[in-house]
Amino acid sequence: MNAPDNLTAPHSDTALPRLIVIGNGMVGHYFLEQLIETGVHRRLAVTVFGEERHRAYDRVHLSEYFGGRDADSLSLSESDYCDLNGIELHLDEAVTAIDREAKRVTTTRGEYAYDQLVLATGSYPFVPPIPTLEETTESHAALVYRTLDDLDRIRNAAESLAERDIRRGVVVGGGLLGLEAANALKSLGLEAHVVEFAPRLMPVQLDDQGGDALRRQIEALGVAVHVERATTEIVKGETHRYRMNFADGEWLETDLVVFSAGIRPQDRLARESGLAIGERGGVVIDETCHTSDPDIFAIGECALWNGQIFGLVAPGYTMARTVAGCLSGTCEPFSGADMSTKLKLLGVDVGSIGDAHARTEGAVSYRFIDEAGHGYRRLVVSADGKRAIGAVLVGDNSYYDTLLQYVQNAIKLPADPASLILPQSEGTPLLGADALPETATICSCHNVSKGAICQAVEGGCSDLSALKAETKASTGCGGCTALLKQVFEHELESRGIEVDRSLCEHFAYTRQELYGIVRVEGIRSFEALHERHGKGHLGCDICKPAVASILASCWNEPIMEPSLVPLQDTNDTFMANMQKNGTYSVVPRIPGGEITPDKLIAIGAVAKKYDLYTKITGGQRIDLFGAQLHELPEIWSELIEAGFETGHAYGKSTRTVKSCVGNTWCRYGVQDSVAMALTIENRYKGLRSPHKLKFAVSGCTRECAEAQSKDVGVIATEHGWNLYVCGNGGMRPRHAELFATDLDDETLLKTIDRFLMFYIRTADRLQRTSVWRENLDGGLDYLKQVVLEDSLGLGDELETQMQHVVDQYECEWAGALKDPEKLKRFRTFVNDKRADPDIIAVSERDQPRPARPEEIASLAVEVTS
Amino acid sequence: MSTTATASASGERTKAGIRLCTRQDLVPNSGVVAWHEGSQIAVFAIPAGASTDLELYAVDNHDPFSGANVIGRGIVGELGGELVVASPIYKQHFRLRDGQCVEDESRRLRCWPLAFDGDDVVLLQEDSIVRA
Ligand code: SRM
Ligand SMILES: Cc1cc2nc3c(=O)[nH]c(=O)nc-3n(C[C@H](O)[C@H](O)[C@H](O)COP(=O)(O)OP(=O)(O)OC[C@H]3O[C@@H](n4cnc5c(N)ncnc54)[C@H](O)[C@@H]3O)c2cc1C
Ligand code: SF4
Ligand code: FES
Repeated sequence: MNAPDNLTAPHSDTALPRLIVIGNGMVGHYFLEQLIETGVHRRLAVTVFGEERHRAYDRVHLSEYFGGRDADSLSLSESDYCDLNGIELHLDEAVTAIDREAKRVTTTRGEYAYDQLVLATGSYPFVPPIPTLEETTESHAALVYRTLDDLDRIRNAAESLAERDIRRGVVVGGGLLGLEAANALKSLGLEAHVVEFAPRLMPVQLDDQGGDALRRQIEALGVAVHVERATTEIVKGETHRYRMNFADGEWLETDLVVFSAGIRPQDRLARESGLAIGERGGVVIDETCHTSDPDIFAIGECALWNGQIFGLVAPGYTMARTVAGCLSGTCEPFSGADMSTKLKLLGVDVGSIGDAHARTEGAVSYRFIDEAGHGYRRLVVSADGKRAIGAVLVGDNSYYDTLLQYVQNAIKLPADPASLILPQSEGTPLLGADALPETATICSCHNVSKGAICQAVEGGCSDLSALKAETKASTGCGGCTALLKQVFEHELESRGIEVDRSLCEHFAYTRQELYGIVRVEGIRSFEALHERHGKGHLGCDICKPAVASILASCWNEPIMEPSLVPLQDTNDTFMANMQKNGTYSVVPRIPGGEITPDKLIAIGAVAKKYDLYTKITGGQRIDLFGAQLHELPEIWSELIEAGFETGHAYGKSTRTVKSCVGNTWCRYGVQDSVAMALTIENRYKGLRSPHKLKFAVSGCTRECAEAQSKDVGVIATEHGWNLYVCGNGGMRPRHAELFATDLDDETLLKTIDRFLMFYIRTADRLQRTSVWRENLDGGLDYLKQVVLEDSLGLGDELETQMQHVVDQYECEWAGALKDPEKLKRFRTFVNDKRADPDIIAVSERDQPRPARPEEIASLAVEVTS
Repeated sequence: MSTTATASASGERTKAGIRLCTRQDLVPNSGVVAWHEGSQIAVFAIPAGASTDLELYAVDNHDPFSGANVIGRGIVGELGGELVVASPIYKQHFRLRDGQCVEDESRRLRCWPLAFDGDDVVLLQEDSIVRA
């Protein structure tokens, strides 16, 4: 295609302006993608020259080349990508000179004219001028680590040593890339050593202690580390091919040497053609990425902006977008980039954020040092103690995302900043969703990670339903909905997009705000609230149940009040949980899990009579499954007759109070945990809340009732009760936190009253206490102040309000059974007595269960044949 | 609104159509289910604006996503100005007006034309619509 020797004219058939891109590395390639995305590539004749023989590949994951990936799989595009988009790609053809006067470039194969030029030549590894043994064969004493070809050379060098017993490789340079190179040597079967000039590893990103911790971890992995070693010469070795002599008189023998002593911007072409160059190299650019020649841009690692070279891909990508923008008429200035990094080096987590060295005036540091596990964490805080400005992490990057958020978004620090870097088992104040690592699974049904969600958001997903459609998250069991929403909103916010926290299209308020309105204005019906503060004229399946729950926790009127009925979710409306086939489960309350033989027999009799599947639940009670709508009233009247009440298994309300047997029977028990569980369950039964509430009471510290996994957990002590709050099992388990110790019975109940009412007042819709707590400004300390020290002066009010709810309690099922109007609703068909003929059960382990579709199909065949 | 119709049995053919149930069987702003020749019809009664009368909507009770007959027990609401019912199982929304699923274009519930005939709720027949 190229005609050498004369002025080759790619795109000779067009009269379009000619754009030449020098370099087909990561940034150069990204630039092409941006051209294509904005469509500018169609208005230009684009030609790209790449010195390497491979088309642009993922240099960041270069090391995976030794881990089994080949050049093709590292490629950033399909081989016909440029072709398909009308871009001419010349690989293995380096540009050797630029004639700015004539606006031409010379390559190893020809000459080409340009109208505009983009330099994306990246950088090259710096090899310090150390006197090195002259060799005739390809030297193994000056290898570098930057390109696929470099890696081939290292591999060949290693293979040529195959016959040796001990093969050793040294990497000069203990920075980020040096450690990667050392890992590569190790994976090739070499004994790997790292020689670093500075007194610690990763001197740029880490402080002394961080470097030290990293060093210990890396040594534990079998890589030898030599710090404060300046190599003076490389001579012939005795047992190995070479010997490296150090300035302090020490020496080290090795078979190959890889230099990773830093990178230098590849600015030769720019320098020789007279473009402005920085003092220590780099093509000078302004904020539109123009060089000193208005027709030449520079992007990526070869560019010097504001005296800075950026050795990471992300800033290079931003520059590429800026130039693509300039060419399409919407130039967005480049304004620097954050150099925080998070990596895994030889399997060791390393993170560096912002001002890691505490260079800012007056900066104060918190440090966590784990000498046993070689872990290190440092948090750097501004002089006034208000903001985090930097951090260093070695050994565990799970803190990274949260800390980065604090630094980047100037989030106000918690009262005890050190808690951000302390081990997380202590119930650290995490930033909710944001504390989850990218790899955390959000939706287990569809195996969607937080990373995938972030990506979708990055890709422009800006409403929840679009996000669900794209990632499939939350389209299975739906159990992850709340977490998904949290992550999603968090992602939007972290991108500076305002999150609409309106409950739904009918109310531009949050649940908390609506709660306040209902209380302050004394509103007692949905209609009244909607009329005064809502939009549209009906409400929907989001706001109706939410408002019903608010009304219930404020006034606790029976949910079967005619005006409340249409508000309820179907489960609340029919006071039972709908199952997958449209039948219901029936869960009578069994407070504390204590039950008499007579009551057990009564449940058994009902289950038998109505042919219900029976199971002991995880909440210490009994669930009867498979009742049809029209059977519910009869079933309940029999249960109530036997002394049962509704268990509210259907509501966002108090579920169970799990108990252990306690000191009545157990030889270790120190209090009567069953009696306390009964007191608690009877007090809070029927309480409606933003989400379900679970409690437990254990009779001693052995904790057989698992109180520390509950919203409210109580554990007996010699002197009374310890109270734990905001625990959660379920999807994202969270240990409850110790809230108060050695409380007497009365104080315990008062404290729980206040805690629960404060939660009900301030939590978001469908927010469990654990999530509420993680999002609570001021954290546990604040909660203690409000509840225990009454800092808001709300204590009495919260207690009174709880007492009101407690006094209003009435078993909903008992109420409904007395009212024929209400019973009208419990008809499968309003005009026919028959049951739903599509509900078909088969027997398994002597109990009924819903027939599976294939079983139904075969039954149908039997009937018809 | 005055009615002269005598209470007639369900399924009985009246002049207006086929009788399903009575006004008293309905629950305003919510649904009930009527049986009709092997079909299950979810009937929703929505107070129509300022007037005291109820608007009737009828869609199939069968939820295509879960395969269960539950639509009549869904919560009724408004989405973008359209009346919808949310399936109580996996919460997809269906427009009451034409049964169209909001989340999935390919799903639509069958609809029935209903009207009041005095206090009766009747299923209009093709021919009765033509005559009306
Ligand atoms: C029946 C039962 C399973 C069993 O056979 O043992 C059960 C069954 C259901 N659980 Fe559960 N959970 C049951 C104990 C638990 C437990 C264990 C416990 O309470 O000790 C947990 C973990 C503890 C916790 O909640 O912290 C549990 C965590 C969940 C979750 C996740 C909650 C979370 O915050 O992550 C959901 C989904 C939700 O609520 O959004 C859920 C939701 C459900 C629903 C309501 C799903 C639904 O909408 O259909 C199930 C309906 C039950 C029904 O129809 O009666 N269930 N569920 C247990 C009933 C206990 C009871 O007597 O009331
Ligand atoms: C092992 C390794 C790990 C890394 N890990 C990370 C990481 O985790 N995170 C991160 O952000 N960054 C990482 N980097 C850095 C990242 O790879 C670079 O920031 C990025 O590649 C810079 O892109 P670029 O296009 O500016 O330069 P390059 O990708 O180097 O591309 C420049 C291209 O231009 C070509 N070229 C040069 N001169 C000429 C010429 N005269 N004619 C034609 N072609 C020419 C070169 O051959 C090269 O192909 C890593 C780098 C390496 C080597
Ligand atoms: S928690 Fe303690 S008192 Fe309760 S059963 Fe276990 S050992 Fe016994
Ligand atoms: S839908 Fe996400 S966990 Fe089931």
